[in-house]
Amino acid sequence: MLLTLWVPAAFAHVQPSEAGGLLTGLQHPLSGVDHVLAMVAVGLWGAQLGAPAIWVLPVAFPLIMALGGMLGFLGLPIPGVEIGIAASAVVLGAAVAFELRPPLVVAALVVGVFAIFHGHAHGAELPPGQSAMLYSMGFVIATGCLHAVGIGIGTVHRWTWGRQLLRGAGAVVTAGGAFFMCKALA
Amino acid sequence: MKGACALRVRSRIAAVLAMALACGPARAHLQTSGMGPVCDGLAHFLTSPEDLVPALALALLAGLRGAAYGRSAMFTLPAAWLLGSLAGLSAAVANAGTLGASFWFLLLGGLVVADAKLSLRSMTALCAFLGLVHGYLNGSGMGLSAAAIVAALGLTAAVFVLVSLVAALVVQLRAPWARIAVRVAGSWIAASGLLMIGWSIRGV
Repeated sequence: MLLTLWVPAAFAHVQPSEAGGLLTGLQHPLSGVDHVLAMVAVGLWGAQLGAPAIWVLPVAFPLIMALGGMLGFLGLPIPGVEIGIAASAVVLGAAVAFELRPPLVVAALVVGVFAIFHGHAHGAELPPGQSAMLYSMGFVIATGCLHAVGIGIGTVHRWTWGRQLLRGAGAVVTAGGAFFMCKALA
Repeated sequence: MKGACALRVRSRIAAVLAMALACGPARAHLQTSGMGPVCDGLAHFLTSPEDLVPALALALLAGLRGAAYGRSAMFTLPAAWLLGSLAGLSAAVANAGTLGASFWFLLLGGLVVADAKLSLRSMTALCAFLGLVHGYLNGSGMGLSAAAIVAALGLTAAVFVLVSLVAALVVQLRAPWARIAVRVAGSWIAASGLLMIGWSIRGV
């Protein structure tokens, strides 16, 4: 009883694990090759489609991914999350490889549907004791940076050889996605 | 025998009461940086994402709208923040929680994404409201003392420097891709706000 009355100081703001929350969030999208392939493919496809898709897709993705993340934290299951993530790499890679040019709304919808699976996977895996706010910010920033990498690579699209290179990169993403699809289905 | 037993009980009660009174201080707000209250205020702002990110989003929005908006935000936000802090000094500890922070993330991030064409008056009102609310939350629970007032000044200085630098940086961006990059940053802020709503519903 004496020990329970010996109250320690209450630190209501900065907690020791908060920086860990940010770092874990930043690492999470980078820790799975399937995530990386799909995120980079979003940037590649945006660069291939040009304005306004080049910025609409990277803006739409994190916002819809956040909705998927919310479902993940709330414990609402989405069937076949891993299959959805692998399918995102297959489909987005194929869109780059075949230089598909659907209307902007369709492209945003395709990207948005896959964003829900990625968000759910991130949201369901907050390590206990870490700051949820910083974890969320970390994985949104990391996802955005992967899109930026894709857009950066996609700038080679202005040259003929660059277009071929981009289509080749799309094929590599599709192949990677197919590998992860086999793993998810096994 | 009975008297000795009663004495023992009384001495134990006295010991328990003494321990109960020996509580450590509840450091609900500013962490001590060891460099004085000005740095405590600066450090608090720079290490609290729930304060830093909305101020950053407002600076981005002001910068997107132009120099006049930047100037308005540069002075209105820190002034309101200071007023709010001073008003909160004598109040009990208040906390808007994750839901309050996520509201600001969503609102300001959404305005940046949409490149919202707010009037100068609306922008000034938004700055004043954000500054008063966050300043009050920062000030509450600190207690009315000289050190707390100096800490509030340090915090205000940090807000001023951040808003001035970020708004000035964004105002001079002319390349379309650079302005789009600012709007993409707004989408990250709004997305973080959405995620935080999920966390607060779950009670993390």
